[in-house]
Amino acid sequence: MKRKTLRKIKRIFGLYLPLAAFLFFALFPFYWMLLSSFKSNPELYNLRAKRLWIQKPTLEQFQELFKKTAILHWLWNSFFVSFLTAFISMTLGVMAGYALARLKFPGAEAFGLATFITYLVPTTLIFIPLASVVQSLGLSNSIWSLVVTYPTFLIPFCTWMLIAYFKSIPKEMEECAMIDGCSRIGAMVRIVLPMAIPGVVFSTMFSFTLSWNEFVYALTFISSTTHKTMSVAVPTELIRGDAYFWGELMAASLLGSVPVALLYSFFMDYFISGLTAGALKG
Amino acid sequence: MTSAVQAKPQILKPWAGRLVKSETITGYGLISPAVFLMLLLLAYPFVLAVYISLTDRVLGEPGKFISLRNFIKLLQDSLFRQTVWNSFIYTVSTVFLKMTLGIILAVLLNQEIPHRNLVRGALLLPWIVPTSLSVLTWLWMFDSLFSVVNYILLALGLISKKIPWLGDPFWAMVSIITVNTWRGLPFFAISLLAGLMTIPKELYEAAETDGARGFRKFWHITLPLLQPVIAVVVLFSTIWTFADFQIVYILTHGGPINATQIFATMAYDVALVAGRIGEGSAISLFLFPALLVVIFLMLRYLRRD
Repeated sequence: MKRKTLRKIKRIFGLYLPLAAFLFFALFPFYWMLLSSFKSNPELYNLRAKRLWIQKPTLEQFQELFKKTAILHWLWNSFFVSFLTAFISMTLGVMAGYALARLKFPGAEAFGLATFITYLVPTTLIFIPLASVVQSLGLSNSIWSLVVTYPTFLIPFCTWMLIAYFKSIPKEMEECAMIDGCSRIGAMVRIVLPMAIPGVVFSTMFSFTLSWNEFVYALTFISSTTHKTMSVAVPTELIRGDAYFWGELMAASLLGSVPVALLYSFFMDYFISGLTAGALKG
Repeated sequence: MTSAVQAKPQILKPWAGRLVKSETITGYGLISPAVFLMLLLLAYPFVLAVYISLTDRVLGEPGKFISLRNFIKLLQDSLFRQTVWNSFIYTVSTVFLKMTLGIILAVLLNQEIPHRNLVRGALLLPWIVPTSLSVLTWLWMFDSLFSVVNYILLALGLISKKIPWLGDPFWAMVSIITVNTWRGLPFFAISLLAGLMTIPKELYEAAETDGARGFRKFWHITLPLLQPVIAVVVLFSTIWTFADFQIVYILTHGGPINATQIFATMAYDVALVAGRIGEGSAISLFLFPALLVVIFLMLRYLRRD
């Protein structure tokens, strides 16, 4: 009996309390974001109010946001760019990943290595000259500048991820299909791709998230209000000089966070298994 | 059975030679779109960065070749030296914090806990949500007048007067380190958790029969077996943190008085705000040696496995 209570105490102090502390640290900013976006301005800036709770929930901040700003443009731009870049990167990633995992050709190993190295290159290393490349392509201040540049950091990720998945699929499957008259590409599309679905889903989703969250390129290449994506528009368009409209800022941040949070909650199992697989293989 | 196995090579032989050739063509065909894009928008800009950094280009003017003068000027500049120092402090302390807390969190998550998937999902949230937007929330939480962090710390009696989070050089550094740790911790925890799950339970049982307890089990079994994952995660995080931009840009913009200026924010300010593109490119290129070291260590590590 005594030993049992001792173990219980140990579990509370050794597991539940520290875990609760981590959860608080991770989640409090989101709680604060949520709370602030549903408060009215008088309540938001009242230091005497119960600040960690909400007296009168209101949609004021959201109404102001939709009335005064181009937030629908920003949301649409984010969706458009993220969807398109995830699709492009996935397609090119499947092609390259399959070639590097399965086909023997001169230089295949070097390309595999290059994929890994380019995955490590930070965007802040090349954003300045890339701005002039984008300009000479006639794409500055257009969301197409993001559509062409985002794949440069998404393709290496997708390819690297898919090489690992493709390698785990037995070669015999496609060899059989090829003996039965299937072409190389036919075998890839009909046999290998369906078996790599978890990897494809994870890579596509993660690419979507990375595009949605990208900041440096979007900040550098795009200057017009209506062409901006959420991640850049909210911090640059809603803060004017020294005036911070915190209610609107938090409401907009919430709207920009919800799509990826939703996407991720639907596919969480894929996500965690993909992430852990990536960590082990990477 | 045996005849089928023997028959196989005979079927393969006639088209094996053709296959090798067609594999080469198919292979190059499949990788060429990706390679083209990477050459145009990653390799070429990098070469361009090196070239621009050797010129005195400013916004609107191509500039002329001045060899290494940008780099020499930067190395003599006290602001740049402070930026180098800040970047090191920022990287070393956040990577250390993320690693230490990440190991603790991974060990906690590896135990039997109720609603395990929900808890794991919730803890990953800071890493999923757009950083620029969550950092805005932190900016609001650190507000000089309305800081809810101060509100909580005061209410708990942990501090007796408000902390000027973003207004004081020391606390501004503490703030960006805190936020970076908050954002990067999930990546460490989940990756390390994946590593932990591969450690066979029998090892711990064997150690227990030999009389090993809590911390010694962790020190002699968990840590050595986790080492490969730790190395990869630390290397990844080091280069990402070293080249970080948005947390600092949004939270402090390098201030107060450049106390939190790091490579990427300074490069942005010099190249795109002040318009000195040559000098800005040179600042960005200082990230390259760090990248090389990380690549070198990573390749050496992966080869050894």
